[in-house]
Amino acid sequence: MIIATNVTKKFGRLTVLNNVSVNCNKGECIALIGPNGSGKTTLVKSILGMVVPDSGFITFNGQNILHNWAYREHIGYMPQIGRYPENMTIGHVIAMMKDIRKSNHNGPLDEELIEQFDIPNMLNKRMRTLSGGTTQRVSAALAFLFNPDVLILDEPTAGLDPVASELLKEKIIKEKQKGKLILITSHILSELDDLVTQVIYMQDGNLLFHKSLEHLQNDTGEKKLSRVIASVMRNQS
Amino acid sequence: MIKIIKYVMADILRNKIIIAYTIFLLVIGMSVFNLEDNTTKGLLSLLNIVLIVVPLVCIIFSTIYVYNSAEFVELLVSQPLQRKHIWLSLFCGIALALVLAFFIGIGLPVLLYSFSATGIILVAVGLMLTVIFVAIAMLAAVKTRDKAKGIGIAVLLWLYFSLLFDGLILFILFQFSDYPLENFMLFLSTLNPVDIGRIFILLKMDVSALMGYTGAIFQNFFGTLPGMITATIVMLLWMVLPLYFSLRIFNRKDL
Repeated sequence: MIIATNVTKKFGRLTVLNNVSVNCNKGECIALIGPNGSGKTTLVKSILGMVVPDSGFITFNGQNILHNWAYREHIGYMPQIGRYPENMTIGHVIAMMKDIRKSNHNGPLDEELIEQFDIPNMLNKRMRTLSGGTTQRVSAALAFLFNPDVLILDEPTAGLDPVASELLKEKIIKEKQKGKLILITSHILSELDDLVTQVIYMQDGNLLFHKSLEHLQNDTGEKKLSRVIASVMRNQS
Repeated sequence: MIKIIKYVMADILRNKIIIAYTIFLLVIGMSVFNLEDNTTKGLLSLLNIVLIVVPLVCIIFSTIYVYNSAEFVELLVSQPLQRKHIWLSLFCGIALALVLAFFIGIGLPVLLYSFSATGIILVAVGLMLTVIFVAIAMLAAVKTRDKAKGIGIAVLLWLYFSLLFDGLILFILFQFSDYPLENFMLFLSTLNPVDIGRIFILLKMDVSALMGYTGAIFQNFFGTLPGMITATIVMLLWMVLPLYFSLRIFNRKDL
């Protein structure tokens, strides 16, 4: 569904993505793992067209995403740090998103997370007054709102309290069972255990491996994802 | 695209600065005409407002506004929208709000008290300068990531167009006063939209005689229909080119 081919991106002299190629298909739940500054967020932003690669290309459903914008209606994106117009209230932001995507979205809206996160009671709060966790809730609710085929979640549980984090996890599992493609970047490996089917490991802008979880478990003889990754990292160094 | 313009406009109008700017212009526009019996004198006073204050307010306000909408732009870029549309909507929203403010503040008093060719040209020049300086501000803001640097560049650009450029022209005039520079001057003046505006209005006020031989050359060029059309095209280029370059940069910008 999403195919990246030899994507390279440099910020000045720093190579953030070095010849990265990935192939993501429907129904997979992929964990994007790697140390800080390994290029996970840049890869995600390249897929969204927010960062333009220096070379290489990315296709979505067989179409090159460069100069294309319509494909983004199939994507729900939850940024690592949600930044919203400070003067708008939560209600305004949600209404604006609905308004903007109305023309190319004709299906029912998925307001389950909005309800579960208790957002209807906070509609009049201005975005600048929100805590980090509340902003994350709004980001999550917006990502799922339009029932997208692809969900890209950048550090979804960072800043969420345990209750919200658990609700979000249940929601992700539910959407995964509907056969959607889900891309998650996270550092908290224990949280990914019952979610992921595939693992992409990145380091210093290089994609080290892209394997299925079963494959990795067989290779290393470990069950838990955190142990699997630890064992892989040990073998590499 | 119209939807985004709507949101930008709503946000700007909620911002009290634009209302204060409208009232400021309206007070000046009204008082100038009520203090003087001679409307031409009134227009002359307004000329300085149009040529100095309007570009300053437009370029500073737009630059700061573009930086402050970084979050808004970032939010929209991840949605199924064309980058071109997002950027142009931002431009249209700011330009429309400032044009409206100028039209209410200066346009209305002029049309009420001094409904003449000169008055209409003054308003037209002011409206064009408003749009031009919004376009220049968009270019300044998209080029630099650092807010303080961007606003600094905007202020410097305004200084250049309003003061430095005239100084440069005077310098060239004195240095090369032995040569026939009239046609060259004509070309130089197109490099500054504020100058074109000034010449435009002064010629209509029939004070070109005060400008000596150069004034006669200007009268000869700008006084004719082809000259006026050329000057208008140059003004339009001053709106379109900065906007076009800013759009090209924005299209490839990493957010």
